[in-house]
Order: sequence, then structure tokens, then C-alpha cells
Amino acid sequence: MKYMLLIHQGTAPTPRTPEEWERLSEDERQAVYADYKAISSTPGVTPGLELESPETATTVRVEDGRTLTTDGPFVATKEALGGWLVFEADDLDAAIELAAHVPAARMGGAVEVRPIVEW
Amino acid sequence: MVAALEQVFRDEWGRVLANLIGLLGDFDLAEEAAQEAFAVAAERWPRDGTPESPRAWLVTTARNRAIDRIRRDRTLAAKARLLDVPESLEDHVDETTIPDERLELVFTCCHPALPLDAQVALTLRTLGGLRTEEIARAFLVPEGTMAKRLVRAKHKIEAAGIPFRVPPAHLLPDRLAAVLAVVYLIFNEGYGGRGDLAGEAIRLGRALAELMPDQPEVDGLLALMLVNDARRDARFADGEVVLLRQQDRSLWDLEQIAEGRAALDRALAVGRRGPYVLQAEIAAMHLDEAEDWPRIAALYGELARLTGSSVVELNRAAAIAEAGDVEAALAIVERLELDRYHYLHATRAELLRRLDRMEDARAAYDRALGLVHSDPERRFLERRRADLEG
Repeated sequence: MKYMLLIHQGTAPTPRTPEEWERLSEDERQAVYADYKAISSTPGVTPGLELESPETATTVRVEDGRTLTTDGPFVATKEALGGWLVFEADDLDAAIELAAHVPAARMGGAVEVRPIVEW
Repeated sequence: MVAALEQVFRDEWGRVLANLIGLLGDFDLAEEAAQEAFAVAAERWPRDGTPESPRAWLVTTARNRAIDRIRRDRTLAAKARLLDVPESLEDHVDETTIPDERLELVFTCCHPALPLDAQVALTLRTLGGLRTEEIARAFLVPEGTMAKRLVRAKHKIEAAGIPFRVPPAHLLPDRLAAVLAVVYLIFNEGYGGRGDLAGEAIRLGRALAELMPDQPEVDGLLALMLVNDARRDARFADGEVVLLRQQDRSLWDLEQIAEGRAALDRALAVGRRGPYVLQAEIAAMHLDEAEDWPRIAALYGELARLTGSSVVELNRAAAIAEAGDVEAALAIVERLELDRYHYLHATRAELLRRLDRMEDARAAYDRALGLVHSDPERRFLERRRADLEG
């Protein structure tokens, strides 16, 4: 089965939130990099593309043929998507275990595991 | 014959379905095939006689029905290659070749990716063989709500790839709490009158105790079920409910009580008491000739702190009443938000009766009678209510 792991940063610090990021110790920052690197090199993982911070998002709707744009993500900034990856695994247990290793999951964010529809 | 068939169906449903799910990897297809096989049995067995091994017959018939169906669907859809399966061997199957996959099924149904209420409902449906309406009653929710819950859960198992297996060692403890809650609920459904379900729950409990010998809560749950179930025959006389203190102790199953006490001792030897070990301890104390009600009330208090359960508070209130303080017990009962739970109203009625508030007691019995579903319990409540008149 293929799963998409949708990474929500929540309040987890990232290099794109420098103030919070700097508050982490050097060891903690290195651990975050190492964990993401380990995940990217896990067999079955296809890393996603890196996203800029949710504050840079523009949300587009079309009403009565008019295009309406608003500043920011569709959901609340705290709940916005921060990144993703695709994981081909035997079952949901394997996907949950990988998700639990995503640093955001333990630092104030969360990972949503969604099966990918295959035809 | 109809009753005998029904018994076979209840006994075999869980095993047959577990086996089919293991084979087909599809809950709905397995359930449909199992239902079909049971329907064929209901038609054929009374006419042709019950097969030597009903279980093997049911599994094989259901497998063949499912495979026929898969074949049909594939032929219709894409004229795909036919499945290579042996032809029907319905009457010549060795039962020992059919693995017991109920544990795999329990852990699938109790997967934490499913909401807890759906985990319990699904296990009751698949392993307990309860009908949707019976599960709805056990959960105090409307039948339609329960039906939707089951459909959603089965869809998620399939779509999200929840595995059908006993979890590996490092995941096992995490999966345990939900499994135990499920087994205990199945037991309680049986304890209210359906003895086959209590037996099913005890079988599952024994299997879990074997699989997880170092888990005190597993032994605690097993002890709790064994001790309570051992009093089953004494709990009813001519189909009527008999209260503990009036029970004929010669009807207790002493062998089962001994097995229960042994399981409790194993659990207590490990140390810290979890909710099931506490409940087993309380159940074992109820076996004493002169019950130590203050001690029982204290154990219920510890249990209430661990679980935050209103039902436990209700039991604590009953123990406090037995220890002598009926007023305090009533005060606790009247704080609880369990309006749809017939035991709350039945307990409240008892307490009001002891306080000589007969009008209020009568109203509380009426409320309990409006909610109770088991016939022996209904008749018991009717007798208690009638006693008020005299």
C-alpha cells in the first residue's frame, strides 16, 4: 500500500521560524536534521518537496466565476501542511511507525497518514 | 433443532468469520459469505442431518461461496484469469486444518487507528456474533448510529491497510488496553443472560493470558470473568435473578473460582494494580461469607480514581449502602449522569426503598423498567416493585 504522510508543523520549530528554531540546542537541531535524513533514506520512502512557511501561502476560491484570493493557508496557520512524503509499506502499522519518527510529531506538530488511492 | 442450530451458529460465527477474513482480507465479503453459509446450513442441516464437523462445513461452504463470488465479479469486470482454487470439498474437511484466527481478528478490530467505540462494536459484531441492535443496546446508542459506526470501521480497515495479525512484541502492550475493554464488554453482554458470549469472552481471555503471560491486567481480566461467571448458575433460579446474598453457594463452580483465584494471584504477584486486577479483587471478596463492605467500597474508590467511570461510582455507592450509610449512597447515585442506564434507576429504587420513600422508589423502578432489555432482569425489577405495594 502507498501512504502519504502529511506533516503538520503545529508549534514545532523549523528553520523557517528562526526565533523558535534558535531556542533549540545544537544537539536538538542536529537530531531533527538526522531524523529527516533517516526518514528520506528509509526504503519505500519518496521524499516530498519542501514547502515555504504557511504564512507565504495564498488561498484561491472561485465564486460566481470570480477568482477570490486570500492571504494565508486554507486552514489555520498552526494546522497548515508543512511538508509531505510518500511511503510504500506493507500496512498501516509500518506507516504509523515511520510517522512516529517524524520530528514534528514529537515537537508540537502531528503527522496525518492517508492511504493513496491506487487504480 | 432450531435452537440447536442457533447454538452452533453462535458458537461458530466468530471462528468461521475470522478464518474467512484471514483468507479473503475483506470484512464485508467474509461476512456475506459467512451469512450465506449459515443460511445454507439452516436450510440443509434439518433435512440432511448436521455434518460431522459443523465448523469445517461452515468454513468450507463460506469459502466456496466467496470464491464463486470473486470469480463472478472478475469475469464480469475484466474476464480476468480465474482464481486457481480447489473445487468444493464441503463434506470432507478436517477441522484441524482450520486455524483459529480469532486473536488476529481481535487485534485488527482493536487497532488504535479505529475509534475506541468502533473497535468494541466491531469485535462484538465479528467475534461475539452480536446483531447490530444488540451492540447498540450495549452502548446505549440508536441502532442506526451503530450500523454507520460499523460500516465506517470496516471501510477504514480496508482503505487504510490495517493489518490482520497479532501485533509484533514492541506494539503488543499498546494494543492491549482496547482489546481487554472489548473482551470485558463481550463478557458483560453474556453475564446479562447470554452465557455463550461470556464463554466466548473467557476463551478469548484465556488465549490472551497464554499469549501475554507477563501482563497482570490480562490475568486480572481473566480472573474477574472466571470468578463472576462461576456464580452464573446461582445468579438465576428458574430464570429469575437471585441477589448475591440469597445465592445458593452449592451452585458456584468451585473449579472455575479456583482458576480465577490463581489468575488473580499471578496478577497481584507482579505488583501495581490496574483496573481489571482491582475488579477481580473485588469480585473475589464478594465470595466471602461475610463481605467486608468498607474494604470493597475503598477498592471501588481506587477503581473510580483510575477509570473516572460513573458505573464504578454507582457500584461504590451500592457498597457504601451495604456498609450501612444509605443516605450517603443515595447522594452519590443522584450525582451521576447515567440517565439511560437501568442499573442506576434500579439501584436508586433500592436505596429509596430502604429509606422508606416508597413513592419515589416506585417511580425509580418504573424508570428502570422502561430501560431494561433482559427478561429475567425485567421480571426481577417487577417483583421488587410489586414488593413495595405490600
